[in-house]
This record gives sequence, structure tokens and C-alpha cells, in this order.
Amino acid sequence: MTPELGQGVLLVALGLALYGGAAAAAGGRLGRPALLESAQHAALGVFGLLTLAFALLVYAFLTFDFSIRYVAGNTNLGTPFYYRITGVWGALEGSIVLWGWMLALYTLILVLRQRERARELYPWALAVMLGVLAFFLFIMTLAAPPFARLTPVPADGRGLNPLLEDTGMITHPVALYLGFTGFTVPFAFAVAALVTGRLGDAWIALTRRWTIVAWYFLSLGLLIGGWWSYHVLGWGGYWAWDPVENAAFMPWLTGTAFLHSVMIQERRRMLKLWNVALVVLTFALTLFGTFLTRSGVIASVHAFSQGTVGMFFLAFLALVLLVSLGLLAWRWDALRSQGQLDSVVSRESAFLLNNVLLVAAAFTVFFGTVFPLLSEALRGVKVSVGAPFFNQVNVPLFLGLIFLMGVGPLIAWRRASPDNLRRNFLAPVAVGVVAAALFFALGVRSALAALSLALTLFVAATIALDVVRATRARRRNGEGVLRALGTLVTRHNRRYGGFVVHLGILVIALGVTGSQAWSVQTETTLRVGEAAELAGYRIRFDGLAAREESNHFKVVGRFTVSNGTSRPGIMQPSKKFYPQEQTPIAGVDYWIGLKEDVYLVLGDFARDGSQATIKVQVNRLVTWIWIGGAVLTLGALLAVMPERRRAA
Amino acid sequence: MRRALRWLLPLSAVPVIVLLAYGFRTNPRDVPSPLVGRPAAPFALTTFAGEPVSLESLRGKVVVLNFWASWCYPACYEEAPVLERGWQSTRDRGVVVLGVDIQDTAEKARKFMEDFRITFPNAPDTTGKVSIDYGVYGVPETFFIDRRGVIRAKHVGAVTEEVFRTNVERLLADPA
Repeated sequence: MTPELGQGVLLVALGLALYGGAAAAAGGRLGRPALLESAQHAALGVFGLLTLAFALLVYAFLTFDFSIRYVAGNTNLGTPFYYRITGVWGALEGSIVLWGWMLALYTLILVLRQRERARELYPWALAVMLGVLAFFLFIMTLAAPPFARLTPVPADGRGLNPLLEDTGMITHPVALYLGFTGFTVPFAFAVAALVTGRLGDAWIALTRRWTIVAWYFLSLGLLIGGWWSYHVLGWGGYWAWDPVENAAFMPWLTGTAFLHSVMIQERRRMLKLWNVALVVLTFALTLFGTFLTRSGVIASVHAFSQGTVGMFFLAFLALVLLVSLGLLAWRWDALRSQGQLDSVVSRESAFLLNNVLLVAAAFTVFFGTVFPLLSEALRGVKVSVGAPFFNQVNVPLFLGLIFLMGVGPLIAWRRASPDNLRRNFLAPVAVGVVAAALFFALGVRSALAALSLALTLFVAATIALDVVRATRARRRNGEGVLRALGTLVTRHNRRYGGFVVHLGILVIALGVTGSQAWSVQTETTLRVGEAAELAGYRIRFDGLAAREESNHFKVVGRFTVSNGTSRPGIMQPSKKFYPQEQTPIAGVDYWIGLKEDVYLVLGDFARDGSQATIKVQVNRLVTWIWIGGAVLTLGALLAVMPERRRAA
Repeated sequence: MRRALRWLLPLSAVPVIVLLAYGFRTNPRDVPSPLVGRPAAPFALTTFAGEPVSLESLRGKVVVLNFWASWCYPACYEEAPVLERGWQSTRDRGVVVLGVDIQDTAEKARKFMEDFRITFPNAPDTTGKVSIDYGVYGVPETFFIDRRGVIRAKHVGAVTEEVFRTNVERLLADPA
């Protein structure tokens, strides 16, 4: 029963989305409010139906409805309750449903919030949103139907991919998809601006907050992905330049570029063409990411299925690129800049350079990701492009970006005078140089690490300088320090939210630098009672235990870990054997610290429990990456708060 | 002139789309190599264990010459257990699997071999000469060399059980 109902609901939703999109476009073109009204009802209907479909799928998972192929493939009778819910988006079909639901949610919010404003842009934006929704509903009904029947009905299902049984995997796709789908809104408004010819600041002002929200969720998705990779995959890293990681990183890079370049358009009426192009590119890259994951065209740990879905995504990607870039070419004359770059030493050029670096990074990541395909097409040879390439090209770009992060917010618009430069940068540069010297004196011999840390401190100093100055200015009016700081941050929440986000990025950069430069590891086989030593830690092997869990068999190693100072503790890394998997899954055990993490992965072991191979890592400063994520969250929250400057 | 040029913008998307579409059509693992049918280039290397190994010394054996690197993920990670199992099951019948590690650090390569419990001989191509002689474009690439030292097949990408078995059995069936 559920399969037919689900299929039916999705079909009706597809019809509604198609109708609504057409009605909104016609309403916009003919200026007929009744049509637009009808399109809005369709949008509400699509949201309701997708919510119902999603609920049906969750229900099918909770009740082990193995008559549905997707349920049987991603759950079994042993799957714990909460993983039965999250298993819904554990694979392709359910992910698309979640994606579609989020898109419908964004569309709903758009209808509720923006229908009274932006009367010219809104109908077209709604049409684009519903059009994109129709595509995802099309995938759900035809290419990857989540409710497809399975006959005969099996007694038990296959089970969820065990790597996904983790809180990180519950939240990572949710955040990532909120980011991906969120960029549909600025894209929809950009297309609306192109269609209507209203290429001024209206669409940018309207989508500013949407863009920050989408950008934030994408950042969060990337960070949670890193966290998941770090504590589940058991290789001790958080980023591997895997094609699918890259696929999520590219729209982040172009989205970041967009967040910055819009400020130039708002201030100086420049870069109109560039901004539209960036949004189109960002949206196209989110589709490209899904295409990569689901087509199996490029080898990746994440690429699971080789269905027909990839082709549909590619066709849609082609449609999006050709139509929106075609519109861009059509409006070319109207998109020419009114402003001009006055000086190379100015905020505009700092932002411009920031954009160049971000887009260059996105391009190199894109190039590295599709290079295997390119070489295959042109040379007939399949190759693997590894981390060394990505690190070599991207590290200098990112160091440049950090430097600009210090310069951009403080340098003057139009033309920076020598006085402006001296006033704003003399002290921070001094901080950076002294820091570099200090690090060197302290024994930091990695030039790259020292440079990265010095740049980080330089930027932190510019932010501190700005905050101190602005607070001091307020204090002259007789406000106390905290109050002055408070009003400063809430009244200029966009600027200071941005600063807090920058601080978050700096903290993340600190973590990345530290973990890359100073982490150590060893791998050794120990008999019971023997100990390994690494970086002041002594890890003694006490023995093995085995136990049966609800859906797997688990072998746990017991280790006593001491570092001479504090009381020794017990660590219990494990190996999990799932019946549906050929290879066991590592259960990492780790101690998290601000300075370093101790990270234990159990390798092979003797059946009688007499000896075990253990990988020990002492990973430096990794925790700061997650702390940076929290700071970034705070900054993004601050930045999306309504501006209170006028009210005050 | 400028009016026409602007339409290059949407057109620029076309090659990218074509490239991605091409991805559906190919099976890159069936690529003819000009080296197939030619005598394999001689080499002399020192294994990680410190033993000298040369193609000359392996004459009369079926040689599976595998180029890899520890950073080559996931293909090299996929094929490592396959190669190890293949070598274990055929070594008594005159088959040698020889790994050549390229563009790598010894430390990471050793770790890779420990991780996968590789027991067949492996040598670093410190000068890069061997990979150049064999025209290695990317890793992994695997050459199947017969008992007379002639390259009989080349496989690009991860070696699967089936690729290993069919190629090795074919060369073993050849009279020496």
C-alpha cells in the first residue's frame, strides 16, 4: 500500500510543480496576479506533498516495510531506531527526497517572506524554484523512485552502510543539502534579474541573507564531513581531496567569492556580470557535485551507484548552464560596469584579488577532479590525481586568501592613502613579523607552518585593531566597554558578523596548520602486557574482548594510556564486523584535547587475543578546527540578524 | 564583433558537458598500448627489503609488473589485496608480482605495504627511469610480461581478480 501511495503523492507533486512553475512565469510575464496566486498555492501544495512523501518513507523505515526496495536495501531488523530514521537519507533515492523536501521548504519560505517585496523579480524567482523542484521530483518519480517495490518481499533487509551509523552522518548530509539547496534561491533571483532586466542591486539585497544561510550550512556540512571522516574512517585525517569532497568544496569557494564580490556591486556598481556569473556557477557546481556522487564517472569513495540518475543530472546541468549563460550573454550590455577601479591599492582591488584567488582555487580543484576524465578522453589513459597536487596548488592560494582577509576589511575604498595604510596595517604587520620570528626562535622549523601562523596572527591583529578603535570611539560618548562593544556588534552586525566568521576561519586555519605540521603516528604489533610509546604517551595492550551487538559483532581492544603526568586512562578501540560487509569497520577511540588528540585504531589481532596491531596517532591542534566551526556559526548568526542600525 | 563574441560564454559550457557525458561512454580499462607485443625494457632496482631485482633475473617467469604509489587512492588501495592474493596463489607456478613504487616517499610506501601486508617484492623507482621506460602516465598501471620478457598486456586502473587471473593464466598456458 505505502509504495503506491508514495509514488502517487510524488507524481501529483511533480504535476503541481510543473504547473506552478509555468503559472508563476506566465504571471510574471503577463502581470496577472491571479496566475501568481495560483502558482503560490501550487508551491504550498508541493511542500505539503513532499512532506507527506518524506513521512511515508520514514514510516516505511520504522515499520521495516521490506516490500520497498529502498527500505530493504538500507535497513535490517537489527538497525537501531534512530538509524532507521536517518537511514532514510543513507543512499541515493532517499537523499533526493530529502533534497527535494528542503528545496520545497526554501520555496515555501520564499513565498511567505518575499511575495510582498520585489514584485517584479519574485514571480520569476518562484518559477525557477519550482522548475528546479520539478526536476528533482522527476528524478524521484522516474530515475530513482524511493518507493519502488521489491518482490518477493524479503524476510530481512540488507542493512545500512555501517559507516553511516554515526551522528556525524545523520547531520552531515542535512547540513550539506541545506547548503546546496540554499544556493538555489540566489540563483533563482539572478535568473529573475536577467529575465526582467532589473539588474541593479535589488536581487542582491534580497538574496544577501539567503546566501549567508546557504553558505553557512555548506560550511557546516563540510566541517561535519571532516569530523565524521576523522572519527569514523580511522585514518586520522579530516580531508582527503576525494572527488566528492571536492564537489562540495567548489561551490563553497565560488559561494564565498560571491559573498564578497556583492559588496563591491553594492558600493561601487561594479562587477554586475561577474556576480551573476558567480551565482550561476555556484548553483551549477552544486548540481555537478550531485552528478559526481551519483554517476560513477569519476572514482571516489563516495560514488556508490552507476544508475541512470547521472545522465539526468548531466542533462539538467547542461540546461541550467546553457539557459542562464545564454541569458547572461543576452543582457551583456546592461551588465557592463558603471564604476571603475580607481587604484590598485584599494578595498575594491583587495576584494577583486580575493575573488580571483577563490575562483582560481575552485578551478584548480575542478581541474584536478575531472583531470582523470580529461586524460581518459584525450589520451585514453585513466590516472589518479592525488592530494599532493591539490595541496601544492591550493596551499599558496589559501595563504594569499588569509592575507587578504586581513587587508580587505580595513583598507580604504577607491584609493588607500599611505596614511590609511600606515594607520591600519603597521601594527598588524609588526605582529605578524614578530610572531614569525618568535615561532622560529621557539623551534618551528617548517617555513610553511611559520608563515601560516604569522599570517593568521596578522589577520587577528587587524580585527583586534578595528574592534578596539571602534569601541574606543563609542566610549567617548560615555558608554562602558561592554556596552560599546555590544552596540557596535549588533548595529553593524553585518561587518562584525563577517569579522567573527573570519576569526572562525583563522581558528580553522590554525588547526589545519598544526595538524599538518606536527602530527605524529606509529603502528606496531603488541603482545598482551607490552607497550608502545609515542610523543610522551605510553600505550599498554591489556587484552581483547568480543561481544555481539544488535547488528554486528564487535572486537574491543583494551589499552592503558599514560603520559607520565596525569592518571593513566583506558582506551578501547574496536573492530566491527557487519554480516553485510566484507571488510570490518574500525571503531576509533580517541582523547580529544586542545593541544593534541590521542587517536587509537585497532588493526589485526590474533584470534586467541594474545596480540594486536595498533595504530597510534598524536594529532596536534585538530580540535581547533571544530572550535573554529563553532566561532563561524556565531559569526554567521550575527551576520544574518536583521540590521538594527536604522532603528537605533 | 563584440555582439557575436558574447555568445561564446554559453558555448564555453559545451566542452565541459561533452567531457562529462563522455564519462558515461568509456571503459578506460581497454586501452591499447603501443608497448604490448614488444620486449619489456630492462631494469635493475633495489627492493625496499634491500634485495637487487632486475627483469633479466626474472626471465623464464611470468612477471606482473605493477606501478603504484601510496597516495593513489582509491585505485591502488583496491588492487593491493588483489595483487597480494594473486601472488600467493600463483607464485608456486612461476609467477612473480613485482611492485614499482613511483613518486613517493619511502616511509609512506612502507606504511602502505604494511597496511596491506604486501609480501611480494616491491622497489622504489628512485630515479623515475623505469616508469619513463614503461610510459607510465598515472598510477596504477600494470604490465603482464611473458616468460620470454615480452609485454603481453597492459592494464590501467585497479587490477581486479578477473584481470589478474585471465592475464596470468593466459601467459602461464604459453609454452616457455
